[in-house]
Amino acid sequence: MATLDLKGVKKTYPGGVAAVHGVDLEIADGELVVLVGPSGCGKSTLLRMIAGLESITEGTISIAGDVVNRKEPAERDIAMVFQNYALYPHMSVRGNLEYGLKNRGTPREDIDQRVAEAARILEITPFLDRKPRQLSGGQRQRVAMGRAIVRKPKAFLFDEPLSNLDAKLRGQMRIEIRRLQRTLGTTSVYVTHDQLEAMTLADRLVVMNAGRIEQVGKPIELYDRPASLFVAGFIGSPPMNLFEIDKLRSLPGAEALQTLPAGTGIVGVRPDTVALSQANGPSIKLTGTIELIEPVGGESHLYVRCEGINQIVTIVAQGRTGLTETSMLDFWLPQAGFHPFNIETGKRLA
Amino acid sequence: MQTKRTIFPNKLLPYLLLTPQLAITIIFFLWPAGQALKSSFEREDPFGFKTTFVWFHNYARLFSDPEYLNSVWRTAIFAVSVTAISMSVSLLLAVAVNRLLRSGKFYTTLLVWPYAVAPVVAGILWWFMFNPTIGILPYLLDQFGINWNHRINGSQAMILVVIAAAWKQISYNFLFFVAGLQSVPQSLTEAAAIDGAGPFKRFWTIVFPLLSPTTFFLMIVNINYAMFDTFGTIDATTQGGPAGATNTLVYKVYADGFLGLNIGSSSAQSVMLMLIVIALTVIQFRWVERRVQY
Amino acid sequence: MVENRPFLTFLTHMVLIVGVVVVVFPVYLAFIASTHGSGDFLSGVPPLLPGPHLIDNYYKMLTTGLSSAGAPPVWMMMMNSLVMALTIAVGKIAISIISAYAIVYFKFPFRLLAFWAIFLTLMLPVEVRIIPTFKVVADLGMLNSYAGLAIPLIASATATFLFRQFFLTVPDELMEAARVDGAGPIKFFRDILLPLSRTNIAALFVILFIYGWVQYLWPLLVTTDPKYYTIVMGIKRLAAVADSDPLWNLVMAAVILAMLPPVLVVIFMQRLFVKGLVETEK
Repeated sequence: MATLDLKGVKKTYPGGVAAVHGVDLEIADGELVVLVGPSGCGKSTLLRMIAGLESITEGTISIAGDVVNRKEPAERDIAMVFQNYALYPHMSVRGNLEYGLKNRGTPREDIDQRVAEAARILEITPFLDRKPRQLSGGQRQRVAMGRAIVRKPKAFLFDEPLSNLDAKLRGQMRIEIRRLQRTLGTTSVYVTHDQLEAMTLADRLVVMNAGRIEQVGKPIELYDRPASLFVAGFIGSPPMNLFEIDKLRSLPGAEALQTLPAGTGIVGVRPDTVALSQANGPSIKLTGTIELIEPVGGESHLYVRCEGINQIVTIVAQGRTGLTETSMLDFWLPQAGFHPFNIETGKRLA
Repeated sequence: MQTKRTIFPNKLLPYLLLTPQLAITIIFFLWPAGQALKSSFEREDPFGFKTTFVWFHNYARLFSDPEYLNSVWRTAIFAVSVTAISMSVSLLLAVAVNRLLRSGKFYTTLLVWPYAVAPVVAGILWWFMFNPTIGILPYLLDQFGINWNHRINGSQAMILVVIAAAWKQISYNFLFFVAGLQSVPQSLTEAAAIDGAGPFKRFWTIVFPLLSPTTFFLMIVNINYAMFDTFGTIDATTQGGPAGATNTLVYKVYADGFLGLNIGSSSAQSVMLMLIVIALTVIQFRWVERRVQY
Repeated sequence: MVENRPFLTFLTHMVLIVGVVVVVFPVYLAFIASTHGSGDFLSGVPPLLPGPHLIDNYYKMLTTGLSSAGAPPVWMMMMNSLVMALTIAVGKIAISIISAYAIVYFKFPFRLLAFWAIFLTLMLPVEVRIIPTFKVVADLGMLNSYAGLAIPLIASATATFLFRQFFLTVPDELMEAARVDGAGPIKFFRDILLPLSRTNIAALFVILFIYGWVQYLWPLLVTTDPKYYTIVMGIKRLAAVADSDPLWNLVMAAVILAMLPPVLVVIFMQRLFVKGLVETEK
């Protein structure tokens, strides 16, 4: 159990390439924080710096109040779950779980008891004497988790632990990780590039881009009030529609734009707030041709080409629409769903 | 050069780990090689008291020495013959084994073990077969009116050492050719068969060209083998004779330096040999690089 | 096979049978010779079928040898060969695996220089530096000793490269996981890397054992005391005598004994042998 504290953390590689440009982040005891962002955004580097696998160029990282910059990974009392699991192939599952405890000189009875406990929680007791290559992908994933929990570390670090699993298993394991983390109450940092995984797992979400933090907050806050165009585009699927404000000014209902703060250059509207009928309150009316309908089951994704503003607008419609491709469609952008952004800085206004 | 993404931070340990290898390398490889290079530019007086720096004198003498030039020529004949004979026999056997399924393994076992026979032992085996008084081959050749005596006939001596050296190398080449043949995709030969090419045509137009990386690699390795690893074969059979007919460069270095104690000349010869190995190694590694790009 | 052609299959077997005969015949003849009495080599035609003296000949060679050739009993020379081959194989593997470990898992000044120094040994076989190497060994007082026989041959670029190549294919995360699990460099090497290298070590061992056993020039240079003769070099001394004394039966018994250990290794460890051979040459 511990807090994690990152202050002005920077990483510059010997060649001069900067991977992380100064990150400040405080993680509370027991919290699960997800670092999310496109590949190369520095999220994995940051996690590996917390683990002690990468050196810290500038700034400090503290675990439970102690600065750990110069400490070896083993001395930081953290556990890590790797993308490819990194199970020791020549050791049995039991051997894998025990290895870290043995190296720490944990007494034998204690080791046995902890291994049995972890195996029970993860339901891998029947496989304890098998080698990793005799296990399925999901079972290996559990062993990797087990190796982390037997140690009872101050923090768990997850480096894209589910990305080698198929979609169905990924969903199951996601729920299990969440449940396990809640039960154990261990502070966790979780890295992923999958925004759905990030949204569903996180107590708090950290969106990173090009070595910087774009926004930190509860997942739903990030969805409702993205702080920048980058976050708006990254969180939410299908992504937010972005309109240049000048293109909307001549459309019916353009008065709705007047309440937006000064300096608004881009207006964002989530696909699921686009209305197919005129709603209460001010809204802008658009007309276009339906290019493609993707029925996803409970909802449908419509891609509508609007000649007037020369743009394809994505709409999420609930239920079955009865619409057909190539037909014309009128729809409305309600004022309540507007997200105003500055065009130069890409930041949200108000 | 590549390392792991994360490395161990220890400063002293890597040097300790490298010490045994580097110590042996320096003491028994680099230092002696340096000594050979140095003394190839020196002349030692007959009593070993005084050495003088003589520039390229030793090299100049070497290249005007008909015995050395003869040795270069004999080595070339020897290396080319061993390589050609051993490789063609091995290729034939490898192609044959590759045609078979289960029995191929059986033949393979019977063909690979000469790899473990020492070159000197290979020499003795063939020396026994060709022995003018007791050997079976001279006896058979005599029935055809050929009088075999490699002790006085230089060409026959050369034939003897070539056969002994090539015999030992068959297993090595065979294994690499089999590996090469197995990496030729079956679909290509099938496609050629559908295009109407018979087995022999298929081999020469499809399989053999695709085998060229293996063939080239083996050529270099075999030349290397014939030049440097056959000391024992020659020492056991002809000792370079008769009249220098089988005096290869390596055998001559040994004879001149160790038995004749001519340090300057022997060192110059050593340096020439080093240049040959370096050239062969560079060619071989160039080829490896090129293969990687395929 | 693409198509079934009985004649071609027949030809294939013929080629292989002829090939096997060519490969086996010299050894067969040597074996036959080793089963006869010495009187059978006086006439012009060597025997082609086994004789009755197999046990006598081998027993005599193993226990007393040929005193006229100045060589010790064969069993002694075989022991020397065994010691030399094992020391070379184990030594080469040991020092190469730790140098490859240093080169792959650490960064330090002069790393590239060390790599190239090891690489250079590829270009300097004993044959091209005979006399100065002999002098070094003589100056170190290592003539006529097991150390002198084995240690100078222990440096190995090929083994180092093989292990380096293998280590580079071991996932980075394994070392990271081990570090998080509290393993330092020595522990990681012993607990993880060494067990993972088992097959490579075994394959390399087969190749290097053969390499050590068949050495000829080097033992010839550094041993003058018959106590340290290896079988492969001792055999040459025996053969030199055989030409004047017709003791072919005894010489060929020694030849068969000299071949036996490495040949058996190849035959019984064929899979490891092929792996070792093909991979060290990559």
